[in-house]
Amino acid sequence: MLTDLLGIPPQVLFGQLLLGLINGAFYAVLSLGLAVIFGLLNIVNFAHGALYMLGAFTTFFLAKYIGVGYWGALILAPLIVGALGILIERFLLRRLTGVDHLYGLLLTFGLALVIEGVFVKMFGASGIPYPTPEALKGGVNLGFMFLPYYRAWVVVASLIVCVATWALFERTKIGAYLRAGTENPQLLQAFGVNVPILTTLAYGYGVALAAFAGVLAAPITQVSPLMGSNLIIVVFAVVVIGGMGSIVGAVVTGLAMGVVEGLTKVFWPEASATVIFLVMAIVLVLRPAGLFGKTA
Amino acid sequence: MNILTKLAVGASATAMIASAAAAEVSDGKVKIGVLTDMSSTYSDLAGNGAVVAAEMAIADFGGTVAGAPIELISADHQNKADIAANKARQWGDSEEVDVFAELVTTSVALAVFEIAKQQNKIALVSGAASSPLTSDACIPTGLHWTYNTRALAVGTGSAVVKEGGDTWYFLTADYAFGESLERDVAAVVEAEGGQVLGSIKHPFPSSDFSSFVLQAQASGAKVVGLANAGADTVNAIKAANEFGLVAAGQSIAALLTFITDIHALGLETAQGIQLTTGFYWNLNDETRAWSARFNEQTGTMPTMVQAGVYSSVMHYLKAVEAAGTDDTDTVLAKMREMPVNDFFATNGQVRSDGRMVHDMYLARVKSPAESTGPWDYYDIVRTIPGEEAFGPLSESNCPTK
Repeated sequence: MLTDLLGIPPQVLFGQLLLGLINGAFYAVLSLGLAVIFGLLNIVNFAHGALYMLGAFTTFFLAKYIGVGYWGALILAPLIVGALGILIERFLLRRLTGVDHLYGLLLTFGLALVIEGVFVKMFGASGIPYPTPEALKGGVNLGFMFLPYYRAWVVVASLIVCVATWALFERTKIGAYLRAGTENPQLLQAFGVNVPILTTLAYGYGVALAAFAGVLAAPITQVSPLMGSNLIIVVFAVVVIGGMGSIVGAVVTGLAMGVVEGLTKVFWPEASATVIFLVMAIVLVLRPAGLFGKTA
Repeated sequence: MNILTKLAVGASATAMIASAAAAEVSDGKVKIGVLTDMSSTYSDLAGNGAVVAAEMAIADFGGTVAGAPIELISADHQNKADIAANKARQWGDSEEVDVFAELVTTSVALAVFEIAKQQNKIALVSGAASSPLTSDACIPTGLHWTYNTRALAVGTGSAVVKEGGDTWYFLTADYAFGESLERDVAAVVEAEGGQVLGSIKHPFPSSDFSSFVLQAQASGAKVVGLANAGADTVNAIKAANEFGLVAAGQSIAALLTFITDIHALGLETAQGIQLTTGFYWNLNDETRAWSARFNEQTGTMPTMVQAGVYSSVMHYLKAVEAAGTDDTDTVLAKMREMPVNDFFATNGQVRSDGRMVHDMYLARVKSPAESTGPWDYYDIVRTIPGEEAFGPLSESNCPTK
């Protein structure tokens, strides 16, 4: 048996695999948003972590100020933060078309620092608790571990969103336009398609995905200004491993890296924060375009 | 002599007297450098509140000491030892800073100790926790003010063992502080007849504790000791609740918990937690009065770290005043000679190893029903005498003690 070989009881191993998948679901949704944005705008969106945090804070604000609960926030928060993303694209990122990628990276990185700094100043670093929705409180004993219903819901919700995004890009006409826009925007424009609107919407969609992950995270972690800054670097590594701009790559790698990290937490917990970067380094040496990336 | 000459003579005489007074104080001023975490994990428990506390001490002292003005400078070290060391060196070399204050995070305190030792400047540690700061890692000019990991171990650790929590599993932040806290608590647990079943060193900071909580569950230990702080503690407690650790009969010992952590968790989640603290705002009239003034400026109640910054800066200024100079060795001797008496400590004693010995408190977090108002979070269960909390001087390995 594998478990005997590794010297840990199977219960612990199954539990950690499941937890890895749950964390991987977060990585998948976040890296999916990054992949969409990079694929269409060629922008390395360093503000993604801050926008994920804004999703969680919007969830909290909706409950506190207008009494909209978790389920309403699941729809509204991505729409609100997505709209903010559209404004960011329209008034800031748009000005950087045609210049080096580095400028987009610097702009979004600066934006993230500003947003997080303002929120730390206003709300402190410890964050605010957000209750688990009533319907998903409690959990079920699986025999090998206690699985909170909410964590199970996170995996289901994330997978639905990932599959829907894949279908949108690969199976619809808009998706076809978007993919054509990545390949050759001038030609697509010549066919009478409004490419600038398409890219604005794509950025808004990527941002909405980050906000959606933020809503999912709100009841699990504290709603805190720094919740995104800890996560964003790992998510970037996931995108690089999967292949920049690859939708399937982002999702599969997200889930896989969650599991790799989860197992490391058992065998060598001290290294769990670095293992993904180790994988990234190995992948970059063997396949510089990433596991699912197209070699140029 | 005409009137102009008289005036000139008078003016220069006055100037000479003034400079004679200030000559005792280097650079004609006393400058305090508050080096703290303003933007990261520990910014709520130290951060801006620590700067406010130092400002309050300076204002309460009257703005001048031994005839020289008091200045304050502050900076964000982001919990990074290299940033802290560079800042401290720059302050000491070119900004005429006389004393470093606050210094949350053990790695930061250790780095600044190195600079303070080279520059022969006083370091007043409030936020950092590790007991080696006044033992193996001590420096002649480093004072550790508010609490340390040994006091936390004696307070919370022994209280939990006495209640029957005799098997322990640790979730430990993977840096100097976590190791020091785990070591000190394990020593207390074993001395009281308990047993340590295992521990995990988790990366600092960590946002997801579910995996670690699951391993703690599998260990079967009665008590899961959290040897971490700030957001890590908050996230670990949340995960433990979510995965039914407490419901299944295990209990959590949050070994270092600040009032801001309880505020962030909410009483619903935090109720029943036992913790050791060096200060609570609602102890007596004096603490309430000072905390109300602090609250006016910050909107929060002070943590023990912030109250400790006030106390340490105030004691430093009193010593400078009494000595009539800011010369490091003279001031240090005065600080050791004078007892610390303020709202924070009664008859506190600065020992030769740098430890400020004062009473600590074992507290239990109230339930939402027991709490009567905002920030009414603790029941003080026991006052731990200073000597018991920090141990006798003979326990310290500090070579210069």
